[in-house]
Amino acid sequence: MKLMDHIPALIIAVPLLAAFLSPVVGKINKKVVGILAALALGFSLIFTIILAVKILSVGPQVYVFGAKSPSLTLPSGLKFPIRIIFQIDAMGIFMGLITALVSFLGAVYSLAFIDKNNGIDKYYSLLLLLAVSMFGMELTGDIFNFFVFLEIASMASVSLICYKGTERGEPVEAGFKYMVVSSISALMVLFAIGIFYGEYDVLNMAALASVIKYSQLDKIALGILVPVLAMKAGAVPMHMWTPDAYSEAPAPITMILVAASQASLYALFRVVFSLYNITLNTLVVGWIIIIFGLLSMFIGVTMAIIQKDIKRLMAYHAISQTGYMLLGVGVGLAVLANPIALPEYGITAMEGGIFHIMNHALYKGLLFLTAGALFYRTGTRDLDKMGGLAHSMKYTTIFFIIGAAAIAGLPPFNGFASKLLIYESVYRFNPLLSIIAMVVSILTLASFVKVFHSAFLGPQLPQFKEVKEVPQSMVLTMAVLSCLIIFFGLFPDLIVKNLVHPAVMSLIEQFKYTGIVLGGR
Amino acid sequence: MKEMSKIVKNITKLVYGFIIIFGFYVIVHGHLTPGGGFQGGAVVASAFALLLISYGQLEAKKLLKVDIFSLLESCGLTAFIVIAFLGLGTTFFYNFLANSGGWFGNAVTPGINPGDMNTAGVLPLMNMAVGLEVFAGLGIIVLLMAEGAEYTNKEGEHRNDR
Repeated sequence: MKLMDHIPALIIAVPLLAAFLSPVVGKINKKVVGILAALALGFSLIFTIILAVKILSVGPQVYVFGAKSPSLTLPSGLKFPIRIIFQIDAMGIFMGLITALVSFLGAVYSLAFIDKNNGIDKYYSLLLLLAVSMFGMELTGDIFNFFVFLEIASMASVSLICYKGTERGEPVEAGFKYMVVSSISALMVLFAIGIFYGEYDVLNMAALASVIKYSQLDKIALGILVPVLAMKAGAVPMHMWTPDAYSEAPAPITMILVAASQASLYALFRVVFSLYNITLNTLVVGWIIIIFGLLSMFIGVTMAIIQKDIKRLMAYHAISQTGYMLLGVGVGLAVLANPIALPEYGITAMEGGIFHIMNHALYKGLLFLTAGALFYRTGTRDLDKMGGLAHSMKYTTIFFIIGAAAIAGLPPFNGFASKLLIYESVYRFNPLLSIIAMVVSILTLASFVKVFHSAFLGPQLPQFKEVKEVPQSMVLTMAVLSCLIIFFGLFPDLIVKNLVHPAVMSLIEQFKYTGIVLGGR
Repeated sequence: MKEMSKIVKNITKLVYGFIIIFGFYVIVHGHLTPGGGFQGGAVVASAFALLLISYGQLEAKKLLKVDIFSLLESCGLTAFIVIAFLGLGTTFFYNFLANSGGWFGNAVTPGINPGDMNTAGVLPLMNMAVGLEVFAGLGIIVLLMAEGAEYTNKEGEHRNDR
């Protein structure tokens, strides 16, 4: 086999190797660790792009770990899909691209942002592990394997949230809260997997999807999985961990945490669409997801308006934006069994929701990085104490404007593209939902106007006379994100047609996902 | 953590070597008998915990060092992933040594047998790597917890003084 065939494994193997090497390297030279991590994640990004090109041109890929074929054939001729496999379709690689980009930029940003104190090697080790676990969650085709990666993601992110905990108590509190939440959700996911395994004797997602019947037990499993994965994604009734965790983690970690909670969102979509698909009562489950989305959008944004801590405010906006994704995909699910409505507006709604995942990762990442830049230079996250920073931090100001305009859905930026797709299609499903979504968008703009005014505008404050622009590597990462935001905003058609549409279709057409492993059974 | 009585210290001196050997036995026979890298590593780490409790933190720290444990831990993890990489000729994590006739390469005889150490390919190697990682990792945890206990003790005394 050529190296090209191993790319799905190398995506996670290279950062894993770097993660294990970094404590050793850290003993020799503390400065090299960050460069090692950035290099490993850079390789992952390149591999992901190569794999994406391959998947979008050839079709879904299967990679088997430790064996030649995904099935074990018994002497009697019976085949069991029991191997640990990576099963990557357009949706999986779409999420993989987000993860690769965000974690690579996070590592580059950390080079300057994280001071070279004692725990630097552990920091990068955990960052790499977090990236690996996100890749694993998104690429795996085995539901138990998903649970394992979910646990790795929880442990790595808890430690990273607590990274500043030696100086203050709040990060430890946030980390503890997140640990409780993620332990509960991981146990519940394990419980649901146990139900599946007891009922059908398979753990492979494709094999499971081909036999699932939506019996009473399956309903229980779905009832466990949907709220628990929504909790990990930060949807509203279960959102209490999000503001704490997002605001207390270091800024690059917050950016990666956003992508990590989107990996849980991806798992939610994967369970609902690829595992159950039309066997479930799509209208009811779709409405449940829509209601999660509505609550998240509205409560998230109203809570954000009153915040004074810049990162906490952005964290509430992250909840609110998650609502848009749930709304778009929920509408798609609600009309999944309806052959007229699905092509008419269902697919467009899902395209909006899925496209919003990528846009959100980009602009929310950029906003958290600008908040990190402000904190890096001023040492405070309190909006009341900031002011007049546009005088001294010109690049950061421009990046903040781009990010804020994108999150509010102003036209030349990417947030507008995905939000317009959602508004248009959801309006045809139920006009009220669309109107609420627009109101939320306006409130988002209002709250970012407030942030912009209190942090950047006004006369130069005497205590910030000495403030300079942030170091080059930080400016560079923010510039890359800004360019992508503008590019996606100017050519949304290109992205939707080539990346988002295949992802949506591989969610809707269940056999596209299951067929590659089971071979047209 | 203060040192314990002479009886405990002497018994520890007598026993902890055996505990470590038993732990290594479990690790090395992981592919034949119950247990494996993790369980054996935990047994080895329990010997360190015993040392720490009976001899007290200051005395045990001369023998057990966080830095060395940390290095061993990374070595174990790296060895594990490198073995996985070596399988890349077929697929990642492929058991390339099994049934090859060479190192750990004997074919497994089915049925009841006394057990052949020289089987299972890369599994024993991975067990050893995991064992190394686990005993070093748990060793670090035990040491840090002892340090934490010391810290809270001091805090408590401080408060009593006031």
